[in-house]
Amino acid sequence: MKIEHAAAIASSGSSAGSTAPRRLRLVVIGNGMAGMRTVEELLKLAPDLYDITVFGAEPYGNYNRILLSPVLAGEKRVDDIILNTRDWYAQNGIELHAGDPVVGIDRARRIVRSEKGVEAHYDRLLIATGSKPFIIPVPGHELPGVIAFRDIQDVETMLAAARDHRNAVIIGGGLLGLEAANGLQRQGMSVTVVHVSDALMDRQLDRSAATLLQRTLEAKGMRFELAANTTQIVGPDRVRAVRFADGREIAADLVVMTAGVRPNVALAKASGLHCERAIVVDDTLQTYDPRVYAVGECVQHRSATFGLVAPIWDQARVAGAHLAGAGHRRYVQRATATKLKVTGVDLYSAGEFIGGAGTEDLVLRDPRRGIYKRLVLENSRVIGAVLYGDVKDGGWYFDLIQNRTDISTLRSQLLFGKTLCEAQPA
Amino acid sequence: MSFPVIPIASASARASASANASVSVSTTCPYCGVGCGVRATPREESQPDIAGDEAHPSNFGRLCVKGSALGETVGLEGRLLAPKLRDARDGALQATSWDDALGTVANTFKRIIEQHGPDAVALYVSGQLLTEDYYVANKLMKGYIGSANIDTNSRLCMSSSVAGHKRAFGEDIVPVNYEDLELADLVVLVGSNTAWCHPILFQRVVKMKEKRPELTIVVIDPRYTATCEMADLHLPLKAGTDVDLFNGLLAFLSEHDTTDAAFVDAHTSGFDAALAATDGFDLAKTARACKIDAHDLLAFYRLFARTERVVTVYSQGVNQSTAGTDKVNSIINCHLVTGRIGKPGMGPFSFTGQPNAMGGREVGGLANTLAAHLELDQPAHRELVQTFWDSPAIAERPGLKAVDLFNAMEAGRVKAVWIMGTNPVVSLPDGEQAKRALAKCELVVSSDIIEDTDTNAFAHVLLPALGWGEKDGTVTNSERRISRQRAFLPAPGEARADWRIICDVARRMGHAGFDFDSVHEIFDEHARLSAHRNDGEGLPRAFNLRGLTGMDRERYDALAPIQWPVLRHGDAGTPRLFEDKRYRHADGRARFIATPPRAPANAVDDDYPLVLNTGRVRDQWHTMTRSGKSAKLAGHIGEAFIDMHPQDALACGVREGELARVSSRWGSMVARVQHGGGMSRGSVFVPIHWNDQVASDARIGAVANPAVDPVSGEPEFKHTPVAVEKFHVSWHGFALSRTAPLLDDVTYWTRIQGTQFVRHEIAGRRHFEGSDDHREWARAALRVDDPHADWLEYEDRSAGVYRAVHVVDDRIEGCVFLSERPDLPARAWLSGLFAKEKLDDEDRIGLLLGQPIGKGVDTGPTVCSCFGVGRNTICTAIREKGLKTAAEVTSCLKAGGNCGSCVPELKKLIVETEIARLSTV
Repeated sequence: MKIEHAAAIASSGSSAGSTAPRRLRLVVIGNGMAGMRTVEELLKLAPDLYDITVFGAEPYGNYNRILLSPVLAGEKRVDDIILNTRDWYAQNGIELHAGDPVVGIDRARRIVRSEKGVEAHYDRLLIATGSKPFIIPVPGHELPGVIAFRDIQDVETMLAAARDHRNAVIIGGGLLGLEAANGLQRQGMSVTVVHVSDALMDRQLDRSAATLLQRTLEAKGMRFELAANTTQIVGPDRVRAVRFADGREIAADLVVMTAGVRPNVALAKASGLHCERAIVVDDTLQTYDPRVYAVGECVQHRSATFGLVAPIWDQARVAGAHLAGAGHRRYVQRATATKLKVTGVDLYSAGEFIGGAGTEDLVLRDPRRGIYKRLVLENSRVIGAVLYGDVKDGGWYFDLIQNRTDISTLRSQLLFGKTLCEAQPA
Repeated sequence: MSFPVIPIASASARASASANASVSVSTTCPYCGVGCGVRATPREESQPDIAGDEAHPSNFGRLCVKGSALGETVGLEGRLLAPKLRDARDGALQATSWDDALGTVANTFKRIIEQHGPDAVALYVSGQLLTEDYYVANKLMKGYIGSANIDTNSRLCMSSSVAGHKRAFGEDIVPVNYEDLELADLVVLVGSNTAWCHPILFQRVVKMKEKRPELTIVVIDPRYTATCEMADLHLPLKAGTDVDLFNGLLAFLSEHDTTDAAFVDAHTSGFDAALAATDGFDLAKTARACKIDAHDLLAFYRLFARTERVVTVYSQGVNQSTAGTDKVNSIINCHLVTGRIGKPGMGPFSFTGQPNAMGGREVGGLANTLAAHLELDQPAHRELVQTFWDSPAIAERPGLKAVDLFNAMEAGRVKAVWIMGTNPVVSLPDGEQAKRALAKCELVVSSDIIEDTDTNAFAHVLLPALGWGEKDGTVTNSERRISRQRAFLPAPGEARADWRIICDVARRMGHAGFDFDSVHEIFDEHARLSAHRNDGEGLPRAFNLRGLTGMDRERYDALAPIQWPVLRHGDAGTPRLFEDKRYRHADGRARFIATPPRAPANAVDDDYPLVLNTGRVRDQWHTMTRSGKSAKLAGHIGEAFIDMHPQDALACGVREGELARVSSRWGSMVARVQHGGGMSRGSVFVPIHWNDQVASDARIGAVANPAVDPVSGEPEFKHTPVAVEKFHVSWHGFALSRTAPLLDDVTYWTRIQGTQFVRHEIAGRRHFEGSDDHREWARAALRVDDPHADWLEYEDRSAGVYRAVHVVDDRIEGCVFLSERPDLPARAWLSGLFAKEKLDDEDRIGLLLGQPIGKGVDTGPTVCSCFGVGRNTICTAIREKGLKTAAEVTSCLKAGGNCGSCVPELKKLIVETEIARLSTV
């Protein structure tokens, strides 16, 4: 294997002619952001190394899933969020099987097989199957009108529902849920967000910011059912209402489940790859099978799984480099930052903003201006930030977090922003 | 020489003030003893305009910061506007009628005198009183009650000078005048921070020095004060060794034959004894005793020896000592031995601290003088006065001087006291004793313009007096110049002139001789007494106002400033005395006084190893009842402080910016430690102004020892052994608010008046533990109940930092800044926001930082109060524009261009900036 690898690298350097040896074959399972970014990174380094075949479950080219919310809100069209058109695949000699998910991997024979029966041999396999929305298995969850918010199809379903129906209920008050709620509200629906915790976005915000956010959204007309436990989705043939543990019901013509995602690892598991919560990879994004790499929301790296885009871009760079044979990069987990894509809401959170023993907080509140800022410090370094209302220094704080900058001399001015701190002789 | 006639004001002023609000009135400043002329123009809707009186020979139109800010002090906030009696049951003060109040005072005084004799009552008066007020108070006590128990707060500031003058000259005479300061070639300033305490005189000297650089200034002071910035030589002598220094000078002058032997022979006595007391000339020994570099000391001695025109100025640093009188005489000895007295540009010169300390001396307002420079212990003098007054009695022996008076009150021998225009609980040494003494009295009466003072807390009767701008009469400044204080404001509420109150009580006690209808009648009687039998056949004395007798109201009102004696009508007054070399002792000679050096009464020891020195700051006055109202004046130094050498601070476990307690055997106070006042090792300086009305525990009088000079009875404020220790607090902070905050759990506080707000510097011991503790405390402090109030906050809990700002309708209403360390942001910018009707966005963003973000810069603490120029502005200009002199700073920033009292600080900043520049190159 090692020899073959070396030969491949040697051959990639020679000019392509009729006598050129057979190129290596790379098969990518998953036509999403993680998989395609890895391919792009690979092509930058070694454009001629592989014959590439891509299988995708959705019948589109690659699109920016993060921008589905603006599409739902009517701020963008589907065309606007396409990352790689079919032309791009053609120009790069990539064989794309869109709308044809892979159903099996034969690692011994190094073949994948699609639902439509396409078989593809690989020398390298990249698994980027992403994640699946978690549908809470309450009675009625399979009723028509109950959907997730994951892909273009879901957006189209929601847009259609908004034309014909009045009441939407979003189950799950996280980042995605609020974006869905905002989008549906913009489409004219009356929206209620149901959240099991008593604070919105509890994985991205502290309680103070969550309260401010809730007030802002309430002011826009959104309703909230917090600390609410959904026990049943009610309806004879289509969803009609959502029922809670306390027996109350609220009307619902559309239920969007945004209660989290689960890594999509059924295929990998079935092929015998080592998985825990997700496909276990090392610092090079290699799985336990050296020919097989995995990136994105389907991987588990040093116990962590991923849901935001920044670490996935990092993974793509590392995996792309290794696939290109320039295998010197190591994937290192870094702090991540979140912005909520709801117009009129400026919200930024990064790093370990929950705090805890040994951490210190800097907090600034100006409710009248709708501003809340909190930095979490540990050993004179910023480890987390939550900004609400004024997020212009988010990037700077993120740099401070990433670079582990000692802020002792800036501490008293830190929360007042980069301009001030950089004007002070530190 | 002719004096301008000044437009009529006075009696008609109240009427005219309200009728025609723009008539300007010439009057005299009520602060220090310089006695500057002021032109005041009342305004209908705002505070009066104040300007220097260009026609007044003390200041020729200039005013210092305090004088310039007088307009800010005449508001009625805090004024006592009706007579009040303390309810015997609940201890509360109740407004009452004048009739009732005067009756209570007169009847109680009468009863106590009948039961216990005249010495069981006392008056404790003030250099703030006008001469006419003083005159009737003294007349009532010494001629009608028949006791000399009338003493004055002037006892605390210049009685050693009085005693020294009397010993040397036979009468309390200041021979020199302000012009002599300008004519001199050497001005020696002893124990006087002239630059801060007598700014206009200092400016006159400095101006002359600019013209004549050969005019040399020597400062003799344990501290390196602002005055030293302008000096050619500073001798930082050990506290209390002035007599050693001047004895050394006397011996040096004798040894080097730079004496005026003919003058000494013909016009003095006692030289040999005085010289003998110096123990011979020994430079090294004197330098050691004074802890001065021997070269510097010798340089001063040589300078003095070779300079004919020398004026030696002395002030509280000389007077406030148990050897104060000896210090004065040791200085006068040096002028006598050189014959440098009674000639232009030379002589010993006592600067007085109060506007009418001199007037008080002229009417006999001290317990050991009679009236009109006559003496209690001389039967012929007593007979003269009693006859003139036609009074039923005459005090036969000296009364109790201030410290003794309060001791007698505590001992129960004096049972009733009437305090006028002074605040002894703050100003006396051993202030706790003063409280005990007042608490013991059957009757404490206080005539005052302010209701709440530390002293009035002990009063049974409060009598509302007129304040500056309302009252009418004369004052005498440090150069014997009598000037009119004229009213330009109506009497507020039920307030009355002090002379009228005193005369009313006297009449109710059944005394004739107080039927004055107008203040000019009192002045006339005072002037006639001074002239009465004042000639060769009678009892001649220098104090003689014969030329001012017989003035009617109109002439009195038009009286231009004039220096006594005024021997004939139409005389222009007497600028200089002793030109005839005739002194007021019976033999016509001046006397040398032997002054063997004595150490201060209380020496340092292991328990109290530091020497406390007290004094004034530039922009405050006495106990701040007036100057404390001015936001402009508060901008200079807002808080009491303990200035000490950094090494001493280290040894005491305190650091600059922290709070510390200063304790002595008599009491303690708390203030903030600072360096930079040029303190030498072993000494501590604390200002005298702060008191219980404006601070939690800042009365330095409570710490000062009550030892007094055996001759003058003046307390030794400049030398108290003390210890300094850290005052532990858990947090520091400040609050700015439009209305008074509710400050619970505050261990330390100082209140500072601002423009449209009040500032509190605070510190506390409470531990804020819960997550909302800070917020709850701050909201309660700023009286914010509304949970939806516009409330901004910043919190760094582990550093103990909490800041909150309350905004109402886009206008700052209040703010609180707290921190575990004294690292709070500057107050200047936040303070400035209170003047804004609406905060703009940039302001709002900076609120919690306490400084502007983006545009603008923090100007720093105010240095120039006149133009409101801050330290940072000045330092930046010096640095960026390479300014080298104070004049360049002035032309650049205006700072220092008005009153000039910050010029020494400007010079210091120039030097400091230069040092900072060199050390960073």
